[in-house]
Amino acid sequence: MSVRAGFRQKAGAALWRRPWLRGALTLSPPLLWFLVIYLTSLVVMLITAFFSVNSLTGNVVYQWTWSNFSQIFTQSVYGSIILRTLLMAILVTITDALFALPFAFYLAKVAGRRWRQLLLSLLLMPLWASYLAKVYAWINILSNKGVLPDLESHLGLPLTHIAYTNTAMWIVFSYLWLPFMIVPIYGAFERVPNSLLEASSDLGAGSWQTFRWVILPMVLPGIVAGSIFTFSLTLGDFITPLLIGGSSSNFIGNAIYDSAINGGNLPFAAALAFVSIAIMAVYLLLAKFAGAFEAL
Amino acid sequence: MKSSRIRRLASLSAVALVLGLLTAPAAFAGSTAAPPTQGMKPLQSVATGEGHLSLIAWEGYAQPEWVKPFTALTGCKVSVKYAGSSSEMVSLMANGGGQYDLVSASGDADLRLIYGGDVKPINIKLIPSWDEFRTFLKAPPFNTINGYHYGISYEFGPNVLLYSTTTFPTAPTSWSVLYNPKYKGKITVPDNPIQIADAALYLSKIKPGLKITNPYELTQTQFNDAVSLLKEEHPLIKKYWDLASQEISLFQNGEAVVGAAWPYQTNTLIAAGAKVADTIPSQGATGWADTWLLATHAPDPNCAYKWMAYVSTPKIQAEEADYFGETPANTLACPIMNTIQKGSCAAYHANAPAAYFSTIKFWQTPLAACGNGKNDCVDFTQWQQAWTQITG
Amino acid sequence: MKLSFPTRMALAVLAVAVVLFLFAPLLVIIYFAFGKSNVQTFPIHHFTTYWFGVAWNDPAVRGALWLSLKAGFFATAIALILGTLVAFGIHRFKFFGRDTISLLLVLPIALPGIVTGLALQSAFNLAGIPFSLYTIIIGHATFCIVVVFNNVIARLRRTSMTLIEASADLGATPLQTFRLVTMPTLSTAIVAGALLAFALSFDEVIVTTFTAGAQNTLPLWIFGAIRLGQQLPEVNAVVVGVIALTMVPIVIAARISGGEGLGGSTRL
Repeated sequence: MSVRAGFRQKAGAALWRRPWLRGALTLSPPLLWFLVIYLTSLVVMLITAFFSVNSLTGNVVYQWTWSNFSQIFTQSVYGSIILRTLLMAILVTITDALFALPFAFYLAKVAGRRWRQLLLSLLLMPLWASYLAKVYAWINILSNKGVLPDLESHLGLPLTHIAYTNTAMWIVFSYLWLPFMIVPIYGAFERVPNSLLEASSDLGAGSWQTFRWVILPMVLPGIVAGSIFTFSLTLGDFITPLLIGGSSSNFIGNAIYDSAINGGNLPFAAALAFVSIAIMAVYLLLAKFAGAFEAL
Repeated sequence: MKSSRIRRLASLSAVALVLGLLTAPAAFAGSTAAPPTQGMKPLQSVATGEGHLSLIAWEGYAQPEWVKPFTALTGCKVSVKYAGSSSEMVSLMANGGGQYDLVSASGDADLRLIYGGDVKPINIKLIPSWDEFRTFLKAPPFNTINGYHYGISYEFGPNVLLYSTTTFPTAPTSWSVLYNPKYKGKITVPDNPIQIADAALYLSKIKPGLKITNPYELTQTQFNDAVSLLKEEHPLIKKYWDLASQEISLFQNGEAVVGAAWPYQTNTLIAAGAKVADTIPSQGATGWADTWLLATHAPDPNCAYKWMAYVSTPKIQAEEADYFGETPANTLACPIMNTIQKGSCAAYHANAPAAYFSTIKFWQTPLAACGNGKNDCVDFTQWQQAWTQITG
Repeated sequence: MKLSFPTRMALAVLAVAVVLFLFAPLLVIIYFAFGKSNVQTFPIHHFTTYWFGVAWNDPAVRGALWLSLKAGFFATAIALILGTLVAFGIHRFKFFGRDTISLLLVLPIALPGIVTGLALQSAFNLAGIPFSLYTIIIGHATFCIVVVFNNVIARLRRTSMTLIEASADLGATPLQTFRLVTMPTLSTAIVAGALLAFALSFDEVIVTTFTAGAQNTLPLWIFGAIRLGQQLPEVNAVVVGVIALTMVPIVIAARISGGEGLGGSTRL
């Protein structure tokens, strides 16, 4: 054995004996990345929220002020924007959960193996397909001369004029985030042992009773995990409201985008961003109680 | 560069202060009377190009039809970042300064860029076609301060009233159609704070008692009236359009029958066979006048000058005018416009008398210090906030 | 669980309907990409592949594609290294604050994308870092790490430690063990994670809006082109290309990983 190899072995052995050292070596690069880049950025943004801009030049004025937050909390328009965003997030989450539950259940517990694999891959393809393409496609579907009115007139149905409305946004958001809800719920269903279901039915429970008292409590973390996505994605989107929404469709995301990109008011945008962070923080705390992180 | 570096350092120390590591005072603010870059010496002659050029532009302002010949001519490869509003251009310049050479901002953004130190004076002698420009665009107040030119005027045009000829067999003569409940859910206007000026212009004619003389210089009372008019309009709006394509599709699909637009939308819709037309109502119109402004830290100044000289020539001015449906700054562009598209010179008012241009109220940055010598006008930040209130 | 036949059928019909619903917009886009007219109405009257040629020969599209590929490649490389390391660290070592690290990793996907974008923009601004390919990569890598992490940790949890201990007992150095034992069991999970990270980066638009400089990635180009509406047919063609390009890594990742981790932590 050469000297070098001997050294290597010694070094290896030293590392093997000192797990904390190996741990530190393994974890420090990724942790440094997150601390230096991600957390620092969040802190910088928080601090920026307490600055203001010179209204003429758009340059940041580095003077401590509460004005951004007081504006958000005193001007009713921001209240209604936040409320609208929250309501949409809740509505979309419920809609997606209602569709995802039976679908995931069928996938995990009813469908045969091959059929399940086919459905799973078919489910994942649109999930990863271009987000802009999907949003954009909906314009062509919903507009007055789009695909939907065409179908409706062929089928002799009354025409639905839902292009550029909040209804349209509700449909498109539900569409966009549905796979994000299905996947964690499917994962949760998979963790429910079949024997448990059999035991429940052996003990005389009907399908509904089994679902309500055995399955639902076990997949709840999956639902909560999915809802974290639907919530955070709805809160963070500005493109769907821009392209799909109507005349009263401003979301927190739009307010942030307008302030930062259009208005050049980074401090105000940062203050708004902290509102959505606060909402997500509350939500994540609740989710932690529900044990959703294991299912994330 | 230096002042921004200092500002950054100052803010870094502010961060430190918050973290409790350091106690350094940090307060820098404000603009001064003269633009910060006024003293910068412009180029005296244009040398060989740097090989590339980086633009911030309105979409349609860097079309391959004239970018390709430019590259062939000068060796400057052009990269473009498109922006959807003047304000977006301002923040792109403020945040990405040092990367861009030129920005094609409209009059509502120019002063913000100039006083923000994002653009610097140019040497007008290096732009031969400048002599051929309309007089009022040679040194307009929105891009020339204290005799220093911060850029070169490009194209301009009115914000028109676009309408469906099916709904309106004869052209509407007043902007009042945009505030008429009869067309509830069929109206579309731009999602842009500067829209408040459109309301102010309309009010200046129908409510002379308000004494609005310039729709961009509004006292608080005048401003409040314009805002409440727009708030009443909100329930009638189908969509506040952010993208020209949205207005096109709204009209194409019959979801809107009347709206505020650029001639560009009219052209595209008519080309696609839609039954629409546009008009300038009796109250007159607001309008935009664009300027190619030179970035303070332009990495490719020679290519930038070559571009400014190139797009000022009658040929390119004509091509741009016909593509977008606007009026060129260069007076010699008219006959060329007609060779590209018959009758387009008259259609886009390139041969109109000076009196016509004075009916258009060109976009300008609303400032607190307005013409009357007092500091009682509503500034742009408040325009933005009011716009959020209106559309929220 | 015993389900009646009608219930099973109803569930099957619902499942097929959901899949159709998910695919419908994609099919619509593909359909419109073959339309000739500049203004889009349904149905289209002239079928043509003309716009694919236009898109392919458009230098702006090519530049954007190239930038997206570069950003995706480097962001994936960073995510791969950091994501694998952190998965190892969390899996192998018990220490105080382990839960905090897991939470930290999830944050870029649990917080709205616009928050991540704005935070990075504020920090880059303050530090005086100009927006460029590098800032795009940094942003993408930050949210791609968790994708790799999820794939690798899922595999690690299913791999028994005894194999690794046996290797050490038989005299292998940790490096040898890593190379000969750990890596082969993890390789497919790592490759799958990398492919997903790439797909995620390739499609990202919200964070990129805040971290890009003068250059456009492909999604930024698409968003820009949707704005003016002059090039909508070209947009359709580009988008079909993007869908096809994103699908390749996804299908491969699904094949080699057996689907694990594929949807677990996904986001825009």
